[in-house]
Amino acid sequence: MKSLFRIAGVTLVSLLAVSCFNESDRNYQYFPDMYESIGYDTYGEYDIFVNGQAAKLPAEGSIPRGWMPYEYENNLDGYDAAKAELKNPLPYTEDNVNKGRGLYTIYCAICHGDKGDGKGTLVEREKILGIPSYDDQGRAVTEGSVYHIMFYGINTMGSYASQTNEKERWQINHYVMDLKDKLEGNPEREFLTEEAAEKMRMEPQLMKSEDATEVENTETEESNSLNQEQN
Amino acid sequence: MEKVNIRHSIFRTLLLSMVVLFSFSQTSYSQEDSGTADAAVEESDSGASGAEGDVAAGKELFNSLCAACHKPYKKATGPALHGVSDRHDRQWLYEWIKNSAAMIASGDDAAVKIYEEYNQTPMNAFPQLSHEDIDNILAYVEQPKPEPVQVAGGDAQVDAGGGYGSGVSTNVVLGILAFVLLLLTVILVLVNKTLNRFAEVNGVPIVASEKRKPIWKAFVENQFLVLVSSVFLLLVGAYFVYGFFMQVGVDQGYAPVQPIHYSHRIHAGDNQIECKYCHSSARVSKTSGVPSLNVCMNCHKSVSEVAPETATEDYTKDFYDGEISKLYDAVGWDTETQSYTGEEKPVKWVRIHNLPDFAYFNHSQHVSVAGIACQECHGPVEEMEIMRQEAPLTMGWCINCHRETKVKVEGNKYYDKIHEELSKKYGVETLTAAQMGALECGKCHY
Repeated sequence: MKSLFRIAGVTLVSLLAVSCFNESDRNYQYFPDMYESIGYDTYGEYDIFVNGQAAKLPAEGSIPRGWMPYEYENNLDGYDAAKAELKNPLPYTEDNVNKGRGLYTIYCAICHGDKGDGKGTLVEREKILGIPSYDDQGRAVTEGSVYHIMFYGINTMGSYASQTNEKERWQINHYVMDLKDKLEGNPEREFLTEEAAEKMRMEPQLMKSEDATEVENTETEESNSLNQEQN
Repeated sequence: MEKVNIRHSIFRTLLLSMVVLFSFSQTSYSQEDSGTADAAVEESDSGASGAEGDVAAGKELFNSLCAACHKPYKKATGPALHGVSDRHDRQWLYEWIKNSAAMIASGDDAAVKIYEEYNQTPMNAFPQLSHEDIDNILAYVEQPKPEPVQVAGGDAQVDAGGGYGSGVSTNVVLGILAFVLLLLTVILVLVNKTLNRFAEVNGVPIVASEKRKPIWKAFVENQFLVLVSSVFLLLVGAYFVYGFFMQVGVDQGYAPVQPIHYSHRIHAGDNQIECKYCHSSARVSKTSGVPSLNVCMNCHKSVSEVAPETATEDYTKDFYDGEISKLYDAVGWDTETQSYTGEEKPVKWVRIHNLPDFAYFNHSQHVSVAGIACQECHGPVEEMEIMRQEAPLTMGWCINCHRETKVKVEGNKYYDKIHEELSKKYGVETLTAAQMGALECGKCHY
């Protein structure tokens, strides 16, 4: 009898241990000090922050490392100007285009389609409609207009500036122009070799160095004026 | 009296076995996937061609050219197109659609008014459309608003019944089996009772069984049996205690309720959106990143409600639409004016996967460099209606993968030299992550 009870007891306890797992709560921890550190966790919730959120926007005026200002404004004039004069600064190398393809598949193909004909999965499933093909004549996209729209978004298309950086956007840009060429039946562009690309990379830098210093000057001026305001 | 006693013990074991049976069957069934019932609702407007234009052709043109900015019955970037033929005459519409900018420039009153009303957003020119094409489009948008909700609701319910049936039927079978078992026991007891009563009435003497030695006494006297069974019990106990201690602090299966019911099944599964579309920082940084709401709005500016066939038996279309409006509320999007109000509220997502700070993990190293699919660690996310932690995220789990996974060295110059030397040392073609030093303590703990 005793052993029977014991068996029953053990089974019951183990069953309880298994069945009591509550999936909407975290499991209990042994010595939680090792798990819950003093530092603020990414996406943590702490009283010290506004709204309790550790996730915050960067302080106003802060600039990510390597970030370069985009000169065209988010309006029709800016769009027209970018469309007319903005060119892709990245050399057309195989590496750049392949990376562009990978990123295009992640961010763009879901609507614009793998071929750029505006027939992505979401369009086929009639979730989002009216995606134009890249060879649409009324729009006549150029390197500049594509980049401008990636940066700011247009109508119902949002900005992709938060998901990609400048280099990545220009890599995508190369691939988009590739797709446009294919749709229009244009001959394929020849890849630049790495050496030629390296050469190209050096030259415009020399040419652009004056521009770069100008940009820096305007930035310092801005920060000076900011300082004055604070004073 | 003795018989009653025995009967009881049978009864007890039966009950116990049933409890065991049920507790196991329940846990396994709660995990069973309820098959998604895709109610394919075919719109029946393809055949109907109006007197003024071909609706089907109009629909195709509308979807490819107009739908980016216009919806038939709802304001979008541009006005809702239903009823547009009442608002303007045909000739005006032809002219406007072919080249709206010229009309605004020429100072046409109605044209300028619309241009101003919609924040001076210019409408693309469509010189390629013929009058007939425009008639077709107008015929499509001027159809009376369909009431698909009821039809779809009915379909979905029918399908839901069918889909749910497979889940229920096994439950029902088990239930019936249990019921039969119960019935048999009751019958056994009743028959025994009646037989006893018969015997009593007929005067047949019931042979009272001889009083035997109680079984537990016999058990205690057999020392060998006691020894074996206690060793067995200790082992079983140790097994459970070990299992209990090993799961402390492990959150496998953790599936908290999120402030907005975001379904990975719909987004990553049905619509095949890349994981990295939303979790873009997984490519380039340590954390995979909870997407900010502007990423949601990339699509949900257009998608303000779910299609009727998205609804399942567990979640209705109204429920999903409500969740989308929660997003609009948080991000401050006014669907009426199609603009941001500037009133934002944080969405406090509950983080699921969380490593303690003493373990270093970098997403970009695994996602971009190693090229491991997200599902390797996160499980079949594209099937999860509610996100849960699939892997235990224990050290043993990490180590196991590092021991088995071959390092992807192609096209990565960083590995060229070290790979050459190490593969010579170990005498293998391709190295595992462990052979490259991925088991060193300092790689993850420092």
